[in-house]
Amino acid sequence: MIKVLIAKPGLDGHDRGAKVIARALRDAGMEVIYTGIRQTPEQIVQTAIDEDVDILGVSILSGAHMKLVPRILELLKEKGSRIPVFVGGIIPEDDAAELKRLGVIEVYGPGTSTSEIIEKIKGYFENANI
Amino acid sequence: MDESIKKSYEEWEKQTESLIKKYPEEGNFKTTWSDEVKRLYTPLDVGDYSQIGFPGEFPYTRGVQNTMYRGKLWTMRQYAGFGTAEESNKRYKYLLEQGQSGLSIAFDLPTQIGYDSDDPHSLGEVGKVGVAIDSLADMETLFDGIPLDKVSTSMTINATASILLAMYIAVGEKQGVKRDKLRGTIQNDILKEYIARGTYIYPPKPSMRIINNIFEFCSKEMPLWNTISVSGYHIREAGANAVQEVAFTIADGIEYVKTAIEAGLDPNVFGKRLSFFFASHNNLLEEVAKFRAARRMWAKIMKERFNVKDPDALKLRFHTQTSGSTLTAQQPENNIIRVTIQALAAVLGGTQSLHTNSMDEALSLPTEDSVRIALRTQQIIAYESGVAKTVDPLGGSYYVEALTDEIERRAFDYIKRIDEIGGMINAIESGYVQQEISNSAYEYQKAVESKEQIIVGVNDFVIEEKNPRKTLKIDDALEIKQIEKLRSMKSKRDNDAVREKLENLERAARTSENLMYPIIDAVKVYATVGEISNTLRKVFGEYKESVIF
Repeated sequence: MIKVLIAKPGLDGHDRGAKVIARALRDAGMEVIYTGIRQTPEQIVQTAIDEDVDILGVSILSGAHMKLVPRILELLKEKGSRIPVFVGGIIPEDDAAELKRLGVIEVYGPGTSTSEIIEKIKGYFENANI
Repeated sequence: MDESIKKSYEEWEKQTESLIKKYPEEGNFKTTWSDEVKRLYTPLDVGDYSQIGFPGEFPYTRGVQNTMYRGKLWTMRQYAGFGTAEESNKRYKYLLEQGQSGLSIAFDLPTQIGYDSDDPHSLGEVGKVGVAIDSLADMETLFDGIPLDKVSTSMTINATASILLAMYIAVGEKQGVKRDKLRGTIQNDILKEYIARGTYIYPPKPSMRIINNIFEFCSKEMPLWNTISVSGYHIREAGANAVQEVAFTIADGIEYVKTAIEAGLDPNVFGKRLSFFFASHNNLLEEVAKFRAARRMWAKIMKERFNVKDPDALKLRFHTQTSGSTLTAQQPENNIIRVTIQALAAVLGGTQSLHTNSMDEALSLPTEDSVRIALRTQQIIAYESGVAKTVDPLGGSYYVEALTDEIERRAFDYIKRIDEIGGMINAIESGYVQQEISNSAYEYQKAVESKEQIIVGVNDFVIEEKNPRKTLKIDDALEIKQIEKLRSMKSKRDNDAVREKLENLERAARTSENLMYPIIDAVKVYATVGEISNTLRKVFGEYKESVIF
């Protein structure tokens, strides 16, 4: 079973999207943990490692993504973790491209269907032969 | 008359049923809260006329004033604030020059949650969703050259409302404006922060004590200040349907009136300083009915539950904002039309003030061009559409009246349930309200994915879009600049005085003294938002949400 951590870094309280995704992934048969709002990058990476999750989804709508997401990637690297990270929220296109360059596997904007995300995640692990 | 209408209606239905065999109906015929919408509404669906009544008269279904927009148009109040106090000050001066009479201040998240700009929690958030205010020094810059006796200022501030209000008072004093002349509103609605918006600090009970202190302070010292704006907006945006928005907002309102009475205030007086804030979504007629139902419900509650006699304290006055969550990143120009429909609903519903969203908000912070279009949308409705020429133009529509009754009935069912749980604080602490909203949000998402709910440009009528759009970005250097400003301020102020005032605040927090006075003392010696909040964190602790999805 794919184990997913959905996380909300920063001070942003807009968690409708995070909750809907968490529930959709759970309904699709994945094991889902949602951190709740206001987590620091340190807390998120620690939870991801402690819980031994297969993939990490990060939701941000406050505009702080270019600070918080690179910090999460950096901390994962420091800890020697290869947990893949995807991002959802209001992320301008050029920022999304930059985040992907830094190693984020996918960036989902408003209007993305949960089935698209579910398929991508499942596909990712099929291709990765896990 | 009813009998003959009933007979004709039944005949008409019979005829229609036979037609449908040949030409079937197709589409989604449900309200957004999943009730069946009938094919046709007739006088048979409209109840007692006393429930509709006249504008300016109980139960205020048709509006809180006799003349509504014929007397005065709604206030066009655009919410703004970004970056540093200097930049926001420039924007406010520009808006005032354009004839806007009220300001609506957006604060960044660290200010809203009681962290200074140099706090580790503030990383990446400084100046992002609003202006960064660390101390009175920033507040002085924010209102530099803006005479506080000439403007009314609405501040979207909740957990730290006491601190920002104290700073506003201090800026006023420096300008020579006494606190009893200051006009404006603080949002100050902490309950919806636990439910939906997320900028809480302390647990509910000490938070309600602070609100109680603000109510008491303002009733004595700031007669022109609106001490709370009970907000359904964020509840709706978090996924609630129209019925839940009204029900949970009014249930919060009941809790605040109880708090005011505990603070020794007369609801006949306090009721006049209370306002509401709702969202407006795409379903035009449902939204109009929602505003009408909310007005009627509040009047009944104030009259029947709290024995209010003064008619002005029965009136639900409200601000409306169009819905950010309905805006799409795909084909964003379509959002202009969505905002138009939503703004129209607010006006047809009798709003007192309105913020219209910008078309590019699903992409980034709005650009200046899109902010202007949003304001023009209100002006076109006001001056060209003709809907403001008569009071409650949809009153008497069979469907709108039936919807108004239905929303009222269903929302009162929720309020009854919340009363059974023991009031809104218990309902929040048990997670009941959050679970209800989460369920609605998920149901909606499923309806979108099954295409039961069409969203133009998203799950139907999709086109290939390539060109990246111009978006507004906040320069990262701002965070560093703000931190430098904070540090230099701290090195110049009287740090002994700061320590003394914070110790006094801590002592007061451990008693039942009104905290507004020691907070005002602290901000005047330039204690920061973070220092004051941390002092109270020491005494009150922090709220930990129960994660529900």
